[in-house]
Amino acid sequence: MELQPSHSMKLTVARLLPIVPPTIAIAAALLVGAGLIAIAGVSPVKAYSVLFSEALANYYGLANTLTKMAPLLLTSLGVLVALKAGQFNIGGEGQIYMGGLGSALIGLYVHGLPGFIHIPLALLGGFLLGALWGLIPGYLKAVQGVNEVITTLLLNYIAQNLISYLVSDKGPMIERGAPSPFSPTIDPTAQLPILLPQTQTHAGILVGLLATVVLWFVFAQTPWGYQIEAVGQNPIAARYAGISVHRTIMAVMALAGGLAGLAGAGEVMGLKYRLFENFSPGYGFDAIAIAFLSRGNLAGVALISLFFGALRSGANVMQRSAGVPVTVVYAIQGLTVLFIAISLVLERRITLKRQQSTVSS
Amino acid sequence: MQSHSALARSLAEPVHTPMSTPLSFLSDYLTASLRLSVPLAFAALGGLFSERSGVLNIGLEGMLLTGAFVSAATTFASGSVWVGTLAAVGAGGLVGVLHAYLSVTLRVDQLVSGLAINLSAAGLTAFGSRLVFNTATTQRLPGIGPIAIPGLSQIPILGSLLFNQDLMVYVLLLLIPLITYFLFRTSLGLTLRAVGEYPHAADTAGIQVALVRYVSVTWSGCLAALGGTYLVLVHVKFFTEGMSAGKGFIALAALIFGRWHPVGTVLACFLFGATEALQLRIQAFNLNIPYQFLVMLPYLIALLALVGLAGRSTPPAALGVPYVKESSEE
Repeated sequence: MELQPSHSMKLTVARLLPIVPPTIAIAAALLVGAGLIAIAGVSPVKAYSVLFSEALANYYGLANTLTKMAPLLLTSLGVLVALKAGQFNIGGEGQIYMGGLGSALIGLYVHGLPGFIHIPLALLGGFLLGALWGLIPGYLKAVQGVNEVITTLLLNYIAQNLISYLVSDKGPMIERGAPSPFSPTIDPTAQLPILLPQTQTHAGILVGLLATVVLWFVFAQTPWGYQIEAVGQNPIAARYAGISVHRTIMAVMALAGGLAGLAGAGEVMGLKYRLFENFSPGYGFDAIAIAFLSRGNLAGVALISLFFGALRSGANVMQRSAGVPVTVVYAIQGLTVLFIAISLVLERRITLKRQQSTVSS
Repeated sequence: MQSHSALARSLAEPVHTPMSTPLSFLSDYLTASLRLSVPLAFAALGGLFSERSGVLNIGLEGMLLTGAFVSAATTFASGSVWVGTLAAVGAGGLVGVLHAYLSVTLRVDQLVSGLAINLSAAGLTAFGSRLVFNTATTQRLPGIGPIAIPGLSQIPILGSLLFNQDLMVYVLLLLIPLITYFLFRTSLGLTLRAVGEYPHAADTAGIQVALVRYVSVTWSGCLAALGGTYLVLVHVKFFTEGMSAGKGFIALAALIFGRWHPVGTVLACFLFGATEALQLRIQAFNLNIPYQFLVMLPYLIALLALVGLAGRSTPPAALGVPYVKESSEE
């Protein structure tokens, strides 16, 4: 290199480098999305401007974005935590359903508590059932060596159908005379407060942000966080270092399930106030994309959850006013995973080449 | 995902009445089991090729869904089920090439690559179906009908089970011995297995590891797409978002359960198909079991099969490990 950049400039560049691949991945996915919108016969510029201005630039749209961000953030944290220990948690969707069930049980059948006890208790209920749904595949992976991708995915269908049954006309939780499958409303003392007046934005988003901060602390400051990352990077070395790999995997998968469980709890306690059949519109799958895009960075997870929340919230308006099917957003979200996988490999090759050229020069 | 229970109910084809004879009940039941296991079997045999060559294929689900969508869309546009089938096989092959490019050439983590394919396929087919069918989603497509083989189809039970099926079932039944022979009795099959077990040795023997993996994974996509085609053109005759409903993952479980052997794998698929058929029979009998438990059953059985088999089913030695040529630059 002929030019010698200043030290501080090098530092900024180094710090910004990790966000290059996710940015490229999102941009590429949006570009393909633009192509799809054009195929649908609508101007992509118009569609995107409707989508993003509606989702971010007005009070109700932004509130809607934040409402959708809450479950996305919590579920993505669950996927991310598992990923840090080298585990692919595809079971966010099922864990959301179980979390919804856990909170609904406490909100429906435990009475006479003041809100400051009832709310945390119902959240705990959601966390615990979600954690159970993460612990099962965690146990199977750690102790029996069963691939967690398949088990978590299969458990999604089992959880979703279980909830369907519970609130169906043959199930024990359906509201008497309900026109469609849902439970009675939970006690008001178990309902999360609304944060933004006249919108649906509830305190679930605070739970998500709090969980983000707690996880940041765990990974930055505690030995347990270090153990998780050690297991994820090299389980054999971790075992030689005296870390119980099995126990770490089980604990991490339970924590992952619990976080997604909190997402489900938030949907029941803050948004619907009931347990509904099929209440998650696929947040568990969006979370996989978000976790991969974040590259293990917790602030990144929060930002990308906001972005994905905006996509989901703006997409409805885009469908109504521009006539582009909402599903274009699912295509964009799926493609981000494809592009992040490619751009991470390219990044690795570029850094490798650069290292080789520095060594040889 | 949401549409699955509705799908399962709409699948309750030849609805059986409790009045008929036990023999015809058994015959109906076995036939339904076979029909429900066909999509799984095509996908699982696809998985077999990919994984025997050393490439993990979580993307079967997305390949199956792609096959389902493309067969529905092209049949809808052309009116010909055979154009639809061919297009689906082509599209599945393309998705296979993508998986091979990501995992063999770029050496992306094979789980990530598969997941990327599943998520992209789910999103793109959902969007595509709105575009192609628009409001015509409920319109039934022309389907592939059964062809009775004269004489043989008259044999009790076995006749209607094996000789009064559609062309795709015959293809599947032919594929089982063909694939078994190919894998274990031909030098090309040996080459494929060598690449999946000892790629270094295969490379030393002059085998192009990357090429073998590309071909295997592409073929894997073609077969999985045929499974999706069967789902659309024989089972339901329309496309719904996410209609693969985890079948690709059940196929993976069958592959593990069948220990990466064609016969064992297809038998495992038949077991899962029989579970699903049982579910539909029980619903038809109107026993007082909530249908949700029955819909759960195939997933639960697949899960239990994986647990019961843990540690006793050995995958190909190089499965999931990208192969790096020693002489290459990196």
